Amino acid sequence: MWFFNSPEIVYGADALDYLEQIIGRRAFIVTDPTLHALGFTEQVAERLRRAGWETAAFPEVEPEPSLETVRRGADRMRAFAPDWIVGLGGGSALDAAKAMWVLYEHPELDPAAINPLERIGLGAKARLLTIPTTAGTGAEVTWALVLTDTAEGRKLALGSRETLATVAVVDPALTAALPPRLTADTGMDVLTHAVEGYTNNLHNDFCDGLCLKASQLVFDYLPRAVADGSDAAAREKMANAATIAGLGFGNAMAALAHALGHSLGAVFHVPHGRAVGLYLPYTIEFVANGGVSRYADLAHFLRLLHTDEPTAAAALAAAVRGLARQIGQPASVAELGISEADHEAALEKLCDFAEMDTQVVMAPRIPDRDELAQLYRYAYRGQSVDF
Amino acid sequence: MAYLFPSAEWFDQLKIEVNRSEAYANSGKTWEGDFHFIIKPWGDRQEPFKVYLDLWHGKCRDVYEVTGAEAKKPEFVIAGTLDTYRQIFSRKLDPIQALMTRKLELQGNMGKIMKAVKATLDLVKCCGLIDTKYADQS
Repeated sequence: MWFFNSPEIVYGADALDYLEQIIGRRAFIVTDPTLHALGFTEQVAERLRRAGWETAAFPEVEPEPSLETVRRGADRMRAFAPDWIVGLGGGSALDAAKAMWVLYEHPELDPAAINPLERIGLGAKARLLTIPTTAGTGAEVTWALVLTDTAEGRKLALGSRETLATVAVVDPALTAALPPRLTADTGMDVLTHAVEGYTNNLHNDFCDGLCLKASQLVFDYLPRAVADGSDAAAREKMANAATIAGLGFGNAMAALAHALGHSLGAVFHVPHGRAVGLYLPYTIEFVANGGVSRYADLAHFLRLLHTDEPTAAAALAAAVRGLARQIGQPASVAELGISEADHEAALEKLCDFAEMDTQVVMAPRIPDRDELAQLYRYAYRGQSVDF
Repeated sequence: MAYLFPSAEWFDQLKIEVNRSEAYANSGKTWEGDFHFIIKPWGDRQEPFKVYLDLWHGKCRDVYEVTGAEAKKPEFVIAGTLDTYRQIFSRKLDPIQALMTRKLELQGNMGKIMKAVKATLDLVKCCGLIDTKYADQS
């Protein structure tokens, strides 16, 4: 028994206009200060007001939202008493909106305890609408959320199937102004979702097709979107890829690249997509070397025509590295500008965080402590994994 | 020699496996918490089988079958059917999946459990090392 959860998804050109068709009264928009200053909040609020809604905004979500931010936002949410919560932004804003929704309806809960094992009881006061502005974390269609415990300095991979949005509005126009580096980072996140969603322990028939399609869209359109942000077709395909991959991995989990990437992000503040995308080829090699992988289907769908698993996995890892090079992404942790001394000094913490990450056990081959340390070192040096 | 699951002897063997597992010693090194593991009645049996397990800093400190009223209240209670435990030990069912689909029912601080997923998996691996004969097969 397993689940497949999805919001209603409204996508494509002018999808944002759908806001005027949603039945509601009071919308609390959760976003970040940059998007707010750029007028994104107003684009959303204006449409809702035309439909007769009242709106308020919390434009204070920082990258890697903290438990404190979530509590603060939930307090303001309770004061406004919305019947719709609108998460507008990248993964940080969307995840913060999910967590604030929980605290709005259940102020007694500790946000760090939001988990998929306990029923929360959401939806009595409000529903969640998500509008991504990156392509992307897929957070608009997943129930997972990542918060940062600033006291411990670590990321918390949380979530409940109840924190899934009711509606996701995926309008590619909102990604048109994304700078190339952010386009590349978030695009590699999409690819990592697709590959890990296809190959982890909880892969399933409902998600496989989504993951294959999303990976194909990334290889076909991410270079175009990075090279020319005004390429509307590329922007639309990448927006779709992000949401499709979000459904794919969101209903099957991620895996080792995410565990390693979360840890690197927590310790060295590397953007999420850049981190997980960097580790992806190394984790492909590690899993394939254990003889437990299913990369051949992915490789075949990407027109990397190999019939045996080891060769296909190697080709896929090479293709991921090639894509990363093409779009100017780092191939090693050293290329991020982190010194080897700092990396070594943080290695114990990196391994501790990875071992505590819920995604580490989703990999078909789970590294032991020594292997984790080796993986981190190989990725630091840019050395293909041979163990 | 196969150990009957569930039985006090089986859980004594689990303590041995846990305490010699380097993987669990590492992944569970910060864990502090005790459990009741409950196997729901099977076949003609009316009563569940209940066992107390104390895990501390990568080791199993204590394990015993609980019969009658138990004064000690553990931090966690995990309950499942015999078949669910069998599927988990034989790696046919992922323990996290079992928890998320409520095939294993968990009471206790869920956030703490979710931080210890690797330790959970290493504990399950220890269970899988025991030569087991299941009570519904005797």
